[in-house]
Amino acid sequence: MKGNEAIAEAAIQAGCRFFFGYPITPQNQIPEYMSKRMPQVGGCFLQSESEVAAINMVYGAGGAGARVMTSSSSPGISLKQEGISYIVGAEVPCVIVNMVRGGPGLGSIQPAQSDYYQSTRGGGHGDYRMPVLAPGSVQEAVTLTQDAFDLADRYRTPVMVLGDGLIGQMMEPVDMEQASNRQPAADLQEKTWAATGHKPTQEAPRAIINSLYIDPVVLEQHCMKLQAKYDAIEAAECRWQEEMVDDAEIVIVAYGTTARIARSAMRKCREKGIKVGMIRPITLWPFPNAAIRATLKTAKKFLCVEMSTGQMVDDVRLAVEGQRPVEFYGRTGGMVPTVGEIVEKLEGMAGEPSAVEQLINQTTAALDQAATAAQETFAGFGSKIDAKVNDPAFIEKTEAFKQKTGELADKAFDGLAKGATLLGEIGSKAFGALSDLIGGNKNQNNNKEGNE
Amino acid sequence: MAVVFKKTNMLTDKPFHYCPGCTHGIIHRLVAEVLEELGIGETAIGVAPVGCAVFAYDYFNCDMMEAAHGRAPAVATGAKRVHPDKAVFTYQGDGDLASIGAAEIVHAATRGEKITVIFVNNAIYGMTGGQMAPTTLPGQVTTTSPYGRDTNHCGFPVHVSEMLSTLNGPAYIERVSVHDVPNIKKAKAAIKKAFTLQMEGKGFTMVEVISSCPTNWGKTPKEALEWVKSDMLPAYPLGVYKDITAGGDE
Ligand SMILES: Cc1ncc(C[n+]2csc(CCOP(=O)(O)OP(=O)(O)O)c2C)c(N)n1
Ligand code: SF4
Repeated sequence: MKGNEAIAEAAIQAGCRFFFGYPITPQNQIPEYMSKRMPQVGGCFLQSESEVAAINMVYGAGGAGARVMTSSSSPGISLKQEGISYIVGAEVPCVIVNMVRGGPGLGSIQPAQSDYYQSTRGGGHGDYRMPVLAPGSVQEAVTLTQDAFDLADRYRTPVMVLGDGLIGQMMEPVDMEQASNRQPAADLQEKTWAATGHKPTQEAPRAIINSLYIDPVVLEQHCMKLQAKYDAIEAAECRWQEEMVDDAEIVIVAYGTTARIARSAMRKCREKGIKVGMIRPITLWPFPNAAIRATLKTAKKFLCVEMSTGQMVDDVRLAVEGQRPVEFYGRTGGMVPTVGEIVEKLEGMAGEPSAVEQLINQTTAALDQAATAAQETFAGFGSKIDAKVNDPAFIEKTEAFKQKTGELADKAFDGLAKGATLLGEIGSKAFGALSDLIGGNKNQNNNKEGNE
Repeated sequence: MAVVFKKTNMLTDKPFHYCPGCTHGIIHRLVAEVLEELGIGETAIGVAPVGCAVFAYDYFNCDMMEAAHGRAPAVATGAKRVHPDKAVFTYQGDGDLASIGAAEIVHAATRGEKITVIFVNNAIYGMTGGQMAPTTLPGQVTTTSPYGRDTNHCGFPVHVSEMLSTLNGPAYIERVSVHDVPNIKKAKAAIKKAFTLQMEGKGFTMVEVISSCPTNWGKTPKEALEWVKSDMLPAYPLGVYKDITAGGDE
């Protein structure tokens, strides 16, 4: 099944009965499929006059309590931003599919990931977030599309399914069995808030679907309420996939189709003995910060691979918090990175000493210096003992002692002096070893802190 | 004592925020009365615009949605498709409907979307402080046409009822006014007919109501109503522009 068609069928199987959209490549198979299927299942497909109208029809249908979806590609998604902002403000659940193509402007019709900022940073005006799901295969596109409807209803929020054009065009075998006739999640509440044209009751008072709060005090409260919702989503709904990260010295971060290409590059590098692993964010917002930080145990470097000039790499850097270098490799404008290009980049990164290695070298040198200083201190100890030995009062006392004890005492004293020198040497060696030990422990401790 | 006037229960008790002499309030009341009289109000879904009527969701006593500027017909389309048996209406100003929302209204009309549009034409942008609207008359002074609307520079007023009546989708389009009692009665009849035809599934229905904006016209309420008669009505002739049930002249 083609990715686009699989997404459309998955939506229908999840109970979506309303679809509003406007044609744009590379997602036309979604509205086309919907136009065929919706009448068969008693639903409504409507081709709108623009993406602006489509997203506002979504607002109306979602606000009226229905499971509703729209799909488009980058330029159309830009037009939908006004509507998305209103939908967020009025807390209307819906699903928006973006099959990203190269931009800016009319750009190209080839696959891209250059709408990452737009989708994860809101895109429209105002203080808001929106869950963004990024499938890495057609099968996963099916699951995530269905999950998107549950997420949308659970949190009364728009949810975006972000596929690069490849996911939409890709033909892959899909198991629809599990996806067919999928029931809404058990925890979902009845939509008593919806404007269904109903007589008001205690449980469902007169519905007002609205994003206008003219009093700033009230609007701030509303925004804080939205923020609390986003905190809850971050805590409960973050998803990612990790591969071979347990011993990885270089961790790739990539999503969607790019992750598939990066996976091949990772395997090639493993064959060459380079310890590469990968984190694939499945939710782009919320972003899997903790999962990325957990790899700091072994990771010396990170590589973010994208079909853009570098957008998600910002989030990887935020997750790593400057503790490791984060490098970027990307192709853009509809160009797709090759396995060979990524392998080459990874090999280059494996060759040069990392910043962490450089740091370890510097620390070792500093410890050596400290050990030398300690040895000097011990030598000082020796001269202090010498001074004591040469002290006239001490000599006088020992002379008196000698006289009393004769040659035996002489020998005993010599022995004692030799013993003292020996002790001094052992002491300084022990201190050196000790400081090495401390130094080693310190390095390990540094690593530990990095994990938390 | 006999009750001679009772406020319709399709309006909430919230006091209108409209300026003194503004006819938005009268139009609200007519719509609410019709909803009540037809017995479709309790289950109606209304869509408020961006404009002076933005708070319509506080006044109409039914489920309401507040749309983005100009998008009310699209929002109403979504709601009507989900609830085809309910009365769905939009209430829009001329900036909202004829300028930024021109595409949405034309396509809702041509689709024959089974909704009722209450189009309030006051020839100006009221809410933002009296800028030029697409319906502003030639020569009319506004804050963005301080020398009077120069048609050579910024074109001519849009005649929405005339324009939409050329489409096949609309079932009923009438232009009315509320500057005096006989016209208010006619306006109410038009609104009633529009909702009736909507409920019969006949198609798209719209009532354009010529309205006053004393505040931004710089006139007293009385002068404003006189200006409606003297200047607005010649430019915007009243009458039925489309009625698929009556052969077009009524
Ligand atoms: C996208 C957008 N552009 C501009 C505005 C600002 N705005 C608010 S009301 C309005 C004009 C409303 O005029 P009209 O539709 O004629 O209604 P009236 O206020 O006269 O009743 C404008 C331009 C907005 N809210 N949103
Ligand atoms: S500004 Fe004009 S349209 Fe708005 S309420 Fe006042 S008089 Fe009415």
